[in-house]
Amino acid sequence: MLLIRCPYCEEERPELEFRNAGEAHIARSANIAGESDDDFEKFFFIRSNPKGIIHERWRHMHGCARFFNAVRDTVTDKFIMTYKAGEPKPSKLPEISNEVVAK
Amino acid sequence: MSGAFRIPSAGRLSQAKTARFSFDGQSYAGIEGDTLASALLANGVHLVGRSFKYHRPRGILSAGAEEPNALVEIKRDAARKTPNVRATVQELYDGLAAQSQNRWPSLSFDVGAVNDMASPFFSAGFYYKTFMWPKAAWKSLYEPKIRAAAGLGVSPDQPDPDHYSSRYAHCDVLVLGGGAAGIAAALAAAETGVRVILADEQAEFGGSLRFESGARIDGQDGFAWAQGAVAKLAAMDNVRVLSRTTAFGYYAQNFVGLVERVSDHLKAPGHELPRERLWQVRAKRVVLASGAIERHMVFADNDRPGIMLAGAARTYLNHYGVAVGKNVGVYTANDSAYAAAIDLKKAGVNVAAIVDLRDNPTGPVIDEARALGIEVNFGRAVIRAGGKLRVSSMTVQPKNGGGERTIPVDAILMSAGWTPSVHLFSQSRGKVAFNDETKRFVPGIYAQDCVSVGACNGTDGLSASLDEAYAAGAKAAKDAGAKTARGMKPKVDASESWSRGMLGAAPGAGSDTTVKAFVDFQNDVTAKDIRQAVHEGMRSIEHVKRFTTNGMATDQGKTSNMHGLAIAAETLGKPIPEVGLTTFRAPYTPVTFGAIVSHARGPLFDPTRRTAIHPWAEAQGAVFEDVGQWKRAWYFPKAGEDMHAAVDRECVAVRKTAGLFDASTLGKIEVVGPDAAKFMELLYTNPWEKLEPGRCRYGIMLREDGFIYDDGVVGRLAPDRFHVTTTTGGAPRVMNHMEDYLQTEFPHLNVWLTSITEQWAVIAVQGPKSRDIIAPLVEGIDMSDEALPHMSVREGKICGVPTRLFRMSFTGERGFEVNVPADYGQAVWEALWAEGQKHGAAAYGTEAMHVLRAEKGYIIVGQDTDGTVTPNDAGLDWAVGKKKADFVGIRGMARPDLVAKGRKQLVGLKTKDPKVVLEEGAQIVEDPKQAIPMKMIGHVTSSYWSQNCGRSIALALVAGGRGRMGDTLYVPMPNGVIEVEVTGMVFFDETGGRLNG
Repeated sequence: MLLIRCPYCEEERPELEFRNAGEAHIARSANIAGESDDDFEKFFFIRSNPKGIIHERWRHMHGCARFFNAVRDTVTDKFIMTYKAGEPKPSKLPEISNEVVAK
Repeated sequence: MSGAFRIPSAGRLSQAKTARFSFDGQSYAGIEGDTLASALLANGVHLVGRSFKYHRPRGILSAGAEEPNALVEIKRDAARKTPNVRATVQELYDGLAAQSQNRWPSLSFDVGAVNDMASPFFSAGFYYKTFMWPKAAWKSLYEPKIRAAAGLGVSPDQPDPDHYSSRYAHCDVLVLGGGAAGIAAALAAAETGVRVILADEQAEFGGSLRFESGARIDGQDGFAWAQGAVAKLAAMDNVRVLSRTTAFGYYAQNFVGLVERVSDHLKAPGHELPRERLWQVRAKRVVLASGAIERHMVFADNDRPGIMLAGAARTYLNHYGVAVGKNVGVYTANDSAYAAAIDLKKAGVNVAAIVDLRDNPTGPVIDEARALGIEVNFGRAVIRAGGKLRVSSMTVQPKNGGGERTIPVDAILMSAGWTPSVHLFSQSRGKVAFNDETKRFVPGIYAQDCVSVGACNGTDGLSASLDEAYAAGAKAAKDAGAKTARGMKPKVDASESWSRGMLGAAPGAGSDTTVKAFVDFQNDVTAKDIRQAVHEGMRSIEHVKRFTTNGMATDQGKTSNMHGLAIAAETLGKPIPEVGLTTFRAPYTPVTFGAIVSHARGPLFDPTRRTAIHPWAEAQGAVFEDVGQWKRAWYFPKAGEDMHAAVDRECVAVRKTAGLFDASTLGKIEVVGPDAAKFMELLYTNPWEKLEPGRCRYGIMLREDGFIYDDGVVGRLAPDRFHVTTTTGGAPRVMNHMEDYLQTEFPHLNVWLTSITEQWAVIAVQGPKSRDIIAPLVEGIDMSDEALPHMSVREGKICGVPTRLFRMSFTGERGFEVNVPADYGQAVWEALWAEGQKHGAAAYGTEAMHVLRAEKGYIIVGQDTDGTVTPNDAGLDWAVGKKKADFVGIRGMARPDLVAKGRKQLVGLKTKDPKVVLEEGAQIVEDPKQAIPMKMIGHVTSSYWSQNCGRSIALALVAGGRGRMGDTLYVPMPNGVIEVEVTGMVFFDETGGRLNG
């Protein structure tokens, strides 16, 4: 079970309290009714499925109930950072010991 | 005397504490502290089971968790039958009853053993190759027969009467394995004051100190030191010591699953004790001290009962005081088996010969064996074992060929070397590295905050292991935040040390296809099978594993993986690290479902939600149905009524006089704030800005893709306050959907959402007499049609308690929904019921509710829609605000496929024979005479007998349905084709006059 840091509660809490909510930083157009079929397809259906770093939304369902964003590595399953909804995609990731280490 | 093979001068058990037990009905005596295996061996019983595939007689291979052969059924009573229990792990208690498995009619004469003679037909991949044709025979013939013939124990056939418990724990340092290294690490960590958990799978701590007679630590015998050290740890407030506790799974971020066997070793466990306890531990640091597992030698007929691991034989002697034979042979490729031979010889057992595959080994143990007069042969191999139900001889040959010599023995002790137990390390996603010199996989690259110490880290020798473990324990504590260390490192005074050994098949494994030199005992995989897999084209070790099933039994290849890998590598002509090791997966040893499920079974499996009015319905004899987690009254049968009669009566009563219905389970959300109307505009298809306070509207919610997600009546209580209702099952996801948009897409809106489902009990009173029933109890609300028209809401009081009184209808009759605080739900219901009795009202359940709404063509989201239905498909275009610039789903609804012609549309169906009730889900076709597979143009979504209409009614999704009014369609069923006519969706009171009637 993963530990996830809620950026609102400012605490690491067990995965059981959270629910994944899909890829992050996919903005709904302010003029969605006027979107072309292609643009709507990109917005609604197309998702990246990276091996490595993914930006995704989570909800602290059984905690503060807030939605927030997380950067996770799909290979190691490790959370690299979390940040509040509405904050921009981090341009630089923190240098945490995400790589496996030799001992 | 507890068995003829018990040596009174050896072992640590007290002879005074006898325990009687039975095996296959035969009664024996053992000693408290025995395992079932040691007690059987003490009585000279080696034959304990039959193998999985070939039904070969099998004995006891090991003295621990790695046991692949000695699997038995332990039966406490009819419901407490546990199959596949390892006799080497099961502790003896007085009265224990064990049965052998996988044999018929008896263990010594097993008909299934014909598989052994037919074995050329049962080689690797046999099932895949043989049972290919005819395809239909797989299900009806092959699979049931194979399942009956293969397999091990029999599953219990009654519910498990035991209970299990579950705990979460947090600690700074978790030490897994309570041998010398684990104890040393735990001591070092505990002395700093941090929270430590030390767990070991055995009943007693000590690990290999159980058999290492030469070990002395801090001036004591090694095992005695271990007991003293653990007692000291157990007395410390910051330490939890768990024996009989197996770490079975290492998960993300140092989350480790342990299962503690609490009462399986007790004669009569009281019900206050759980059978097992699951520990879910989150540790800042983990110290792995899981030791090493001895490998067997791979030679012909190496599975005969009486052939066992040398370390196991030594454990039986030094710990349990049991000699595994009277005249034993030893076959080894490393030093450790010499120590077993020496201990047995000293205890008075004849050692016929030591056969050592190595050419010229030297060392103190070899000298000592010779000095004791044991015959030692170098450069020789045991090429086969004699005997069937018990080994009777070993045939020895120089390893490069030459004359054979057969030596009579009644047991063979073997050792090919020791495999570091890297299972948990591997589960933690660490990468193992191959040490070419010692031919071992050891921890290489770590993925988590853990460290391996002692034998599982490839560290040889007690002294080096203790040093390493003590330092690692201290470091783990420091890394976890410890400030001070003030301990004393244990001092090793004497120890044993051995390593090396060999991997793969020894000369006795033969190349002959009839030779059975077992690599994996539990799955009956031989050296030949692995070679054959490579010859048949398997290149990856993962493929070899799956093709042969090597290492895939419940023992997870603890003794077999390295041999299998080495044989595959040799056959492939590649070095071992290039072939690679298969991944170890949880669980380390089998875990009961009971431990994992714990209390989450029966009524505690899932929460049960009951409404405030539930006790009343129960007292009235209501039959309940499950709707999500809710229990809802389904119908209220009177004496002598079946469901059909009860529902018919309830439906007629509602339309004739009135009915009371518990609608409390409906989801309810309060949308509040200055921007509440704006938010509603965005979340629902309907316009809301102009809805006056005090009025209601039927709302439809879409997903962004344009399909119906939920529906419900919404009342506007005030300009900034909406009382939203949702479907019963949809309430949580609708709330999530709303929160999602509010928090992330429309955060500029000043709105608060509150779930009020459980705050309000809801009593629907429907029917021509509904107002007459309610009015006498209401204060402060004008109930006239002018003041309270259909689709309006007022706040006031009923029976003296606050109410939100909705005038609305899901039946097509004049109707009300009385919302009262849940605490008053039952009292208000009873008051309304008393009033209702004056008018002949009935209580009705969800079934009648479904029929009544279907008579009016009101849809149920999730029954008449399935996530692919648009408002237009459902005939609900009128509920979509045409002038709105935005709402969730506005763009999705306009997608080309969603506006295309020929979409399935919701329509009514009337069967030509009014007595025939269609089956929900039945498919609809245009031409029943067409060839199969027919073109299906839709399906029935709702279907009922309507007593009010005097006929059956149905709703259906039909392609181009609204263009087919009056057409005849067909519903092919197993018993014939049913003719139906396409109609509108309203079957009763088409003009809707009764809403005000």
